[in-house]
Amino acid sequence: MNINATLIGQSVAFFIFVLFCMKFVWPPVITALQDRQKKIADGLDAASRAARDLELAHEKVAQQLRDAKGQAAEIIEQAKKRGTQIVDEAREQARVEADRVKAQAQAEIEQELNSVKDMLRAQLGSLAVSGAEKILGASIDQNAHAELVSKLAAEI
Amino acid sequence: MAAAETASGYIQHHLTNLTYGQHPVNGWSFAHNVREAQEMGFWAFHVDTLLVSVVLGLIFILLFRAAAKRATSGQPGGLQNFVEVLVEFVDGSVKDTFHGRNALIAPLGLTIFVWVFLMNFMDLIPVDWLPLLAATLVGDPHLYFRVVPTTDPNATLGLALSVFALILYYSIKVKGIGGFIGELTLHPFGSKNILIQALFVPVNLLLELVTLVAKPISLALRLFGNLYAGELIFILIAVMFSGGLLLGGLGIVLQWAWAVFHILIIVLQAFIFMMLTIVYLSMAHEDNH
Repeated sequence: MNINATLIGQSVAFFIFVLFCMKFVWPPVITALQDRQKKIADGLDAASRAARDLELAHEKVAQQLRDAKGQAAEIIEQAKKRGTQIVDEAREQARVEADRVKAQAQAEIEQELNSVKDMLRAQLGSLAVSGAEKILGASIDQNAHAELVSKLAAEI
Repeated sequence: MAAAETASGYIQHHLTNLTYGQHPVNGWSFAHNVREAQEMGFWAFHVDTLLVSVVLGLIFILLFRAAAKRATSGQPGGLQNFVEVLVEFVDGSVKDTFHGRNALIAPLGLTIFVWVFLMNFMDLIPVDWLPLLAATLVGDPHLYFRVVPTTDPNATLGLALSVFALILYYSIKVKGIGGFIGELTLHPFGSKNILIQALFVPVNLLLELVTLVAKPISLALRLFGNLYAGELIFILIAVMFSGGLLLGGLGIVLQWAWAVFHILIIVLQAFIFMMLTIVYLSMAHEDNH
């Protein structure tokens, strides 16, 4: 059990191994480890972010659904209103049109009546004149009595 | 083998390193016995210790390098998983203890942990296997070959002195020469009065030097002592195998039990060596006096 130069050899070997380890073994392994840790941390981060995004999206969807429902109800309400309005308008229009047609028809009837009356009056005049001629047996001078006849006709 | 020798010869054989050095008579040669090895003095090498530790170090380095080369931040493979577990474990230990910024500490800790563990692990291989293999390969049945480098105080002291050199280097680098000397002389006893402080300086220096020198010594001897004792018990159990059926059967049971217990020890000692290295270097980086 002598203490001898073996310990020098051992020290030299030791330093060579330590230096090799420090240069070529430690850095790649520790880099890989740290990279993986970072990757995992990033992955977890991304996952939680995605979960938050999903939650937000759910909320947004629900909000939009509510909005859409509200809008749809509003539109239906408006449509109903508009429908009754249109019906009312049409009814009014029809009434006005009917009134107009009726008034026109009455006016026409009136006019016809008047013209028929005029015609009858004229014919009655001439009938009266011809009746009077027959009674008198003599021809009445049309021109002389024209004023008398038209006076008569106007009285009928 | 055990049967051919006396028990004490067997144990002695197992506790002798294969030494290569300059013998005063034989010149540069392998020592043939314990006495020759002692006569070689300091300039001799334990070839078995160096060979096994370097081979184990290369296994560590190449295995981890292979994993590091293919390291990906995606899904890791089996080898990368294994390496990452160790790297994360060491990195965590360093981060808990060492608060400065130094790129050397963590790789240093990893190297110590894995290398010392592998050297300790040789203890679990039955004591005769590798020496027998080495003896067969070389063709010399009496070849000395100690398999567990950490049962050689040279190996543990080599590691501990390397760590000690790092402690001194970083102490001086961080605190400056003056700061380091101040730490050794103005602490733990201090006084506002300069005269009294001057009296305290030698006392402080003595105390602090003992503290400082105790670090590498305790590091080296703790590892060596644990592993040497463990190895010795394995050898004693192995001696039982030559003592008949009953004793041999008991030996098998003891061998198994001691090996199981030893699994704990080899990991623990590797961890302690690493942890104390980190702590010592952390203290060297702290400038709070």
